[in-house]
Amino acid sequence: MMASSYNAKDEDGHITVTGPGGGAVLRSKKPENTAFKQQRLPAWQPILTAGTVLPAFFIIGLLFIPIGIGLFVTSNNIKEFEIDYTGADTSSPCFNCSQNFSWNSTSPCTCTVPFYLEQPYESNVYVYYGLSNFYQNHRRYVKSRDDSQLNGNLKSLREPSKECEPYAYHNNKPIAPCGAIANSMFNDTLELFYNDPNGTSVKILLGTTGIAWWTDKHVKFGNPGGVDSNLSAVFQGTTKPLNWRRPVYELDSDQSNNGFVNEDFIVWMRTAALPTFRKLYRIIGKSSQMVPTLPRGNYTLEVVYNYPVRSFEGRKRMILSTISWMGGKNPFLGIAYITVGSVCFFLGVVLLVIHHKCGNRNNGAEISN
Amino acid sequence: MGTRVSTLRTLITRYCVGEENWVDSRTIYIGHKEPPPGAEAFIQQRFPDNRIVSSKYTFWNFVPKNMFEQFRRVANFYFLIIFLVQLMIDTPTSPITSGLPLFFVITVTAIKQGYEDWLRHKADNSVNQCPIHVVQHGKVVRKQSRKLRVGDVVLMKEDETFPCDLILLSSSRDDGTCFVTTASLDGESSHKTYYAVEDTRAYNTEKEVDCIHATIECEQPQPDLYKFVGRINIYMDSEPVARPLGSENLLLRGATLKNTEYIYAVAIYTGMETKMALNYQSKTQKRSAVEKSMNAFLVVYLCILICKAFVNTLLKYVWQASPDRDEPWYNNRTDTERQRHIVVRVFTDFLAFMVLFNYIIPVSMYVTVEMQKFLGSYFIMWDDEMFDEELGERAVVNTSDLNEELGQVEYVFTDKTGTLTENNMEFIECCVDGHVYVPHAICNGQVMPGATGMDMIDTSPGPGAREHEELFFRALCLCHTVQVKEEETVDGIKHGIHQGKSTSFYISSSPDEVALVEGMTRLGFTYLRLKDSHMEILNREDEIERFQLLEVLTFDSVRRRMSVIVRDSSGELYLFCKGADSSIFPRVVSGKVDEVRARVEHNAVEGLRTLCVAYRHLSPEQYEEVCHMLNGAKLALQDRDKRLAEAYDVIEKDLILLGATAVEDRLQEKAADTIESLHKAGMKVWVLTGDKMETAAATCYASKLFHRNTQILELTTKRTEEQSLHDVLFDLSRTVLRQHGGMTRDSFSGLSGDCTDYGLIIDGATLSAVMRPTQEDYKEIFLDICRNCSAVLCCRMAPLQKAQIVKLIKASEEHPITLAVGDGANDVSMILEAHVGIGIMGKEGRQAVRNSDYAIPKFKHLKKMLLVHGHYYYIRISELVQYFFYKNVCFIFPQFIYQFFCGFSQQPLYDTAYLTLYNISFTSLPILLYSLIEQHINMDILRKDPSLYRDIAKNSLLRWPIFIYWTLLGVYDALVMFFGAYFLFNNTTFTSNGQMFGNWTFGTLIFTVLVFTVTFKLALDTHYWTWINHFVIWGSLVFFVVFSLLWGGIIWPFLNYQRMYYVFMQMLSSGPAWLSIILLIAASLLPDVLKKVICRTLWPTTTERIQTYAAFGYVPTLLDVSQEASLSVCVKCSFIS
Repeated sequence: MMASSYNAKDEDGHITVTGPGGGAVLRSKKPENTAFKQQRLPAWQPILTAGTVLPAFFIIGLLFIPIGIGLFVTSNNIKEFEIDYTGADTSSPCFNCSQNFSWNSTSPCTCTVPFYLEQPYESNVYVYYGLSNFYQNHRRYVKSRDDSQLNGNLKSLREPSKECEPYAYHNNKPIAPCGAIANSMFNDTLELFYNDPNGTSVKILLGTTGIAWWTDKHVKFGNPGGVDSNLSAVFQGTTKPLNWRRPVYELDSDQSNNGFVNEDFIVWMRTAALPTFRKLYRIIGKSSQMVPTLPRGNYTLEVVYNYPVRSFEGRKRMILSTISWMGGKNPFLGIAYITVGSVCFFLGVVLLVIHHKCGNRNNGAEISN
Repeated sequence: MGTRVSTLRTLITRYCVGEENWVDSRTIYIGHKEPPPGAEAFIQQRFPDNRIVSSKYTFWNFVPKNMFEQFRRVANFYFLIIFLVQLMIDTPTSPITSGLPLFFVITVTAIKQGYEDWLRHKADNSVNQCPIHVVQHGKVVRKQSRKLRVGDVVLMKEDETFPCDLILLSSSRDDGTCFVTTASLDGESSHKTYYAVEDTRAYNTEKEVDCIHATIECEQPQPDLYKFVGRINIYMDSEPVARPLGSENLLLRGATLKNTEYIYAVAIYTGMETKMALNYQSKTQKRSAVEKSMNAFLVVYLCILICKAFVNTLLKYVWQASPDRDEPWYNNRTDTERQRHIVVRVFTDFLAFMVLFNYIIPVSMYVTVEMQKFLGSYFIMWDDEMFDEELGERAVVNTSDLNEELGQVEYVFTDKTGTLTENNMEFIECCVDGHVYVPHAICNGQVMPGATGMDMIDTSPGPGAREHEELFFRALCLCHTVQVKEEETVDGIKHGIHQGKSTSFYISSSPDEVALVEGMTRLGFTYLRLKDSHMEILNREDEIERFQLLEVLTFDSVRRRMSVIVRDSSGELYLFCKGADSSIFPRVVSGKVDEVRARVEHNAVEGLRTLCVAYRHLSPEQYEEVCHMLNGAKLALQDRDKRLAEAYDVIEKDLILLGATAVEDRLQEKAADTIESLHKAGMKVWVLTGDKMETAAATCYASKLFHRNTQILELTTKRTEEQSLHDVLFDLSRTVLRQHGGMTRDSFSGLSGDCTDYGLIIDGATLSAVMRPTQEDYKEIFLDICRNCSAVLCCRMAPLQKAQIVKLIKASEEHPITLAVGDGANDVSMILEAHVGIGIMGKEGRQAVRNSDYAIPKFKHLKKMLLVHGHYYYIRISELVQYFFYKNVCFIFPQFIYQFFCGFSQQPLYDTAYLTLYNISFTSLPILLYSLIEQHINMDILRKDPSLYRDIAKNSLLRWPIFIYWTLLGVYDALVMFFGAYFLFNNTTFTSNGQMFGNWTFGTLIFTVLVFTVTFKLALDTHYWTWINHFVIWGSLVFFVVFSLLWGGIIWPFLNYQRMYYVFMQMLSSGPAWLSIILLIAASLLPDVLKKVICRTLWPTTTERIQTYAAFGYVPTLLDVSQEASLSVCVKCSFIS
């Protein structure tokens, strides 16, 4: 056979099909009669006509509207209370703290914010702190962390990733935990007091565990040197993040909630999707069946004001919320379901009309023709 | 003294032969023997060896060369740039996201090209190493083919293939001829005769050949297979003799020696300089309309991309104007970043945005489109219905770039002979001086026994007529280039033919000649063979008459005639001339011209091919003169053709008309049906033929190109003789435009009813007058007329004019898509010129097939090719293109919106793995498989109802409104997805344990909705669900889920971030996430479903109507639908006018 019967390839890489007649004359040229090669594979050939789509529209409508109503009712049954303690107004109790803020001050500034709950909170209550105008999703910020260090890798502890810059080293010592996220960890302390009608103020017990993802706490984050190590020794030679008041191994007295596996820290390290966000702070567990977790009445929020937000026009909030199976209060999903369901239903009706008027006319015309 | 004389003689010879320019020729020493000293100041040239290199790469240069080739493509280069930008600057996405797909694409292409090149290497090696017998010092030596050099004398045996271009020196046959088949070159399996050089043909042993002392001068290699001029100088006794060499002496590489025991020949063109190698250069690239639309869309998307990046950069700096936003205390820049100049920062930001959004122009689209075209073209080759049992051939795809163009054809230009007709000639009758002879036994292909009787319609010719009659028959027996192929060379061919054993065939490159010679057999005169320059004829009395063949004035398409000069046994010289009536009549001086002309015209109207035969007595003096003229012309190295033509013109004159023949060329099977279908499909069919008007018109009627009620407009020399061209043109355009005045151009000229159907006939001469470059407005008027004619017949066309016509239509303002179909070498120019060129595997060789984009065995296969395959490919690829853009708008637009919520910081919404794999694996296979096996309408319906083809005419599925619809749909989906997730995430939790989700969950939620939405969108568009579609569509969704579970399920040690760890699973553990995924998918798909249903119900296209019928199990009587369609068009047209 001739060499050139392989079609010379076009210069710019376009595909040229070498025909089967290129030289293999001996092979029978009769194409195989298979269903695939003859493009006659058995097939289901659905088409979207008003007739076939109509039932689907009605079904979607009939399914979505009840779901939506259910979601909406559930969402409405959730109790949520929100209080802004930024101290932007002069009248606000935290105004002084927010005005006189300095990173270097040694004495913490404390302010108390009173509030009144009109309804008792029956089940578990979740305490959130919320920040506004805080760009946790800024690219420079999001990537400024070292997951390997946070996982407990000793090498990364000594040599943080360069992604952490400019929060990687301080005074030639590696920062642990490094990076902008860790450095800017939320460090206000929030405490709640119930003001009994009889005048006494009862401190409410705030649970610190169960606020971070289980997998984060147990797999993704880990202290260097294992679970039982002496943290202060392990972190020897590193320095605390600049804005922190305490090193990482003093975050909590409880060893299982200290260091990198501190849940407050882990929660903060999960960067929020949007510039206004909330993060789970504490859980108020239901103590007994008889007493509501938070009865109706007056409360005081005591804030140790450490976290400045006014420089970037941010806001700080404290949120109390109960939780249902669908999470916190969010009417969106319910409304959306009801809307889409009704639209589908409505369109179903419209299509039904069209189908009956035009479809019949069309078909009739064709058949009579 | 002797040498000086010979030098002088050489000089004189050369002067007479008349070369002016020696630059473009080469000199070859046969057997590497120097010419006698002082004979010529030859300069030995360097020639390449005989190594064939069809491979493109070597082992060493493969990587760099292939990379270079690949990055020359704009798309690849674009992605390379993006990749490099990602490597150089700090970009939001890792270089892997664009590097990996690019690497994948490049690697796959490289592997494919490497494999193809390896095959070529293998083929090259087997060719280069095959042993060749070379004569060296009087001995035959075996050499590898690649070591063959120019000037080597080689010995070829029967059935061997020539290793390079050779000049035949001598052969084992006494007459110095050899037979060759060029089947692998041009597909002609007939045996062609080649001639040895007169003076060397006696040297037929290796010893003798070795003492040939000669040089060959010839032109440098050129790709035309059928042209060769050269000269051999033979130094016999130091006495140089110059002989002309022509293509009849040149044996081409790739041809095979047949029927000849052995030959000696000398190599003149070797290796890559052989004519075959020169012919394998790539043709110009044709681009399809879809590809052009795709590129236009790409430009739009590139603009969108740049706009997005620009807007975001601008907004970023507006937003960052306050330092608290630019660098809040929690998010400082590094010092190096701070020190960077503002311009550099802006520029880097711009590039970073470009990188972030670059996925809107997907790498994988190119790969998918190419794969679709490449794999899709196999369906054409596999098509059982386009296989021809008779020829044993199936459709061939030479380029897969134009598959979808087959669905867009508006003009079909077809050749007549061999394309519309069988090119299977049958001798019908002949007419001598007005007396008509019809052989009663009809047969073709083979010489039949006992067919010597004949019927005479018009009896009793007088004695003078008797003489003319015999002369006529002899003329037809002698004036041809037919060969007799001997099946067995037992006791002579004469025996074979005479005794009726079908052992011999007539073979000729022109089927007309075979038909004529066979016809003569049936009328009593049998051509036996050509032996020793003598043609032998068996006459009615079973006597052998011998004529010495002196000259053959070969046929060419310009002269349209051929002649032979023979000497009969009594020594008288005759010139017999045979040709088209128009080329014979002007040269005739006597004979019964009027009677013959009447008969010829009568036959032409019947659709028969007619030829006229004339003769002339030559006196010996005249013959001398003729010989001189011909030899002079033949020896010329330059302008040989022109000089030969001049000589022929002088020789073929003062003829005496003998008579005419009529040969029927039957229509190809289903040709009429095919033409009718093409018409119904809205295509305009033009017949371009070299035949004369009457014959061609008859064929057109027979093939239903013209109908009985077609009003024929003539634009021929006959009319332009009466009126000026100007008046004729204006007359015609007035006639046409009066009727069609109101009609829009794309509407089809009705087949029946009120709309008058016009057919135009134009001939070559008038056409060239119209096309004259000075008359631009004529062209316009002509085009206007043509547009309004449903069928046009162009007759008397030269090959180049065919291409001109195609070019004219191509360049007209609507830029219609043209298709040319033909079978012969004369159609090559138009096949190359048209958007799609289709070759028919006919009898006139394989040139058309070789140069075509697609080749089919028969004309009737065109119907399935266009109506079914073309239609499918078009809807498939248009969906592919639109869908690709759509899914990437859906993909990237949320990321664009997200920039408004993350401080324009180029934060990607999706994880790197998702960014990378979205186009490569999550959404690639469903669309690829869709674009390979989608059938929106059943194949049989498409074929039975050609009007469906109109639904996709004019690139209708890739017009801007549809493109904008898809893009808007993409934007809508993106908005739904983004803001759905936004409101869900907005400042609340949706887990039952109160924990919060972060930005990666946000992105993953959107991405999950995205993958499901785009896949379901495709599922909604799929009309043909085979198990493959099910497998691929559901499979890729499953793959996405499994991948996500896996990707988030493990702490991947090689990654320096673990941001996706358990994100997907945490998301799925939340009920509202599930609910919102379902909701968002439903909401995204809703408008498209609604649009589909409403359009289908209220404004159904023909396609949709047929689909509806098919779905409801009611098989429409297709006639009704098409009738209704044509009815509605006619209603429309009458309504307008």
